[in-house]
Amino acid sequence: MAVVAEAQFHVLAVDDSLMDRKLIERLLKTSSFQVTAVDSGSRALEVLGLSEGLTSSSAVSPAHNEIEVNLVITDYCMPGMTGYDLLKKIKVQLMLPHISISWTCFERFMGSLFVSHQGSSSLKDIPVVIMSSENVPSRINRCLEGGAQEFFLKPVQLSDMKRLRPHILKGKSKEQQPQEEETSSTSNKRKAMDEELSPERRRLKLSNYSLI
Amino acid sequence: MALHFSSAHPISALHPLLCFFLHDTYPEMEYASGLQRQLASMKKNLFDQGYLDEQFYQLEELQDESSPNFVEEVVTLFFRDSSRLVANIDQALQKYPQDFRRLDNFMHQLKGSASSIGAAKMKNECTSFREFCNKENREGCLRSFQKVKKEHAVLKQKLENYFQLLKQVGPVDKATHSGN
Repeated sequence: MAVVAEAQFHVLAVDDSLMDRKLIERLLKTSSFQVTAVDSGSRALEVLGLSEGLTSSSAVSPAHNEIEVNLVITDYCMPGMTGYDLLKKIKVQLMLPHISISWTCFERFMGSLFVSHQGSSSLKDIPVVIMSSENVPSRINRCLEGGAQEFFLKPVQLSDMKRLRPHILKGKSKEQQPQEEETSSTSNKRKAMDEELSPERRRLKLSNYSLI
Repeated sequence: MALHFSSAHPISALHPLLCFFLHDTYPEMEYASGLQRQLASMKKNLFDQGYLDEQFYQLEELQDESSPNFVEEVVTLFFRDSSRLVANIDQALQKYPQDFRRLDNFMHQLKGSASSIGAAKMKNECTSFREFCNKENREGCLRSFQKVKKEHAVLKQKLENYFQLLKQVGPVDKATHSGN
């Protein structure tokens, strides 16, 4: 029997708003995810072991390589690097992790070309989910076409958290089930278009809540 | 003659008798349930009058023993952010000519935050403001912003009252249930 279903996955959450970070962190923890929350795309890249440009290794602690991230969830509207920019950087896997002039680091670097920092999975295969408070179809399509797995409208709900695990699990068994990709891409768009219906659904839910 | 009852006794069942013997503690229990009723009524009004929507319930669902003050913490963060944004918008509106893109950007952030805590009335006023912004209607923006500020202030007061009452009810609530 597969042990994968019981594993606790690690999500990297990216949002420049402290309030939204607190919210997404709580949503994720309540749904049994481990969370690292950062306030910018550049911080996110650091955690993932990617840098925007060539850097000396002195600023990057070895611990960063040991954090395995299973999914990235990011806000779209952020100053500097937007969520879309971050998505592209992850998918294209820009820049080499660290380059140092010392010999031992160079050896390690050469070794790292053959060994991924993320264990057996490649960084560009990490599922990325984008969040936004605005329902702009062109924006949503751009993100999905750019490689995002899902697009969540804010405020993100507990029920949205259920959509994360399948993407992580699918990524882990990618070779075995290639046909799933087609069905999931249509359901991602449905999430955004469904928003017209969901306020109705949400209004119905209100009557079930007791007010005490 | 003094009668001593341990907390293990089903106090609620002996209520009529106890009110005679425990006249010292009875008012306390009355007071506690009165506060609870007040809290429930306050909360119902917040929803009925449209100040809050179901997103607020979502926040409550996220509160538990590991994060017992989650809702209040998020609301506090909201008012910290929103006060800053309101001040920024105030300042930006003074400028001439109007930078509508910048105004819209601030209001987009404010609306997003309001929506995250379920601040329905505030969210609606923010939407109105953005519509005036898109049409580059300065007069409309100014009028609309007055409404945003008003809703902001009213909600702040109401939620402060709500959390204050919640704190009062909290510990007493546990005491009244100890006999059950």
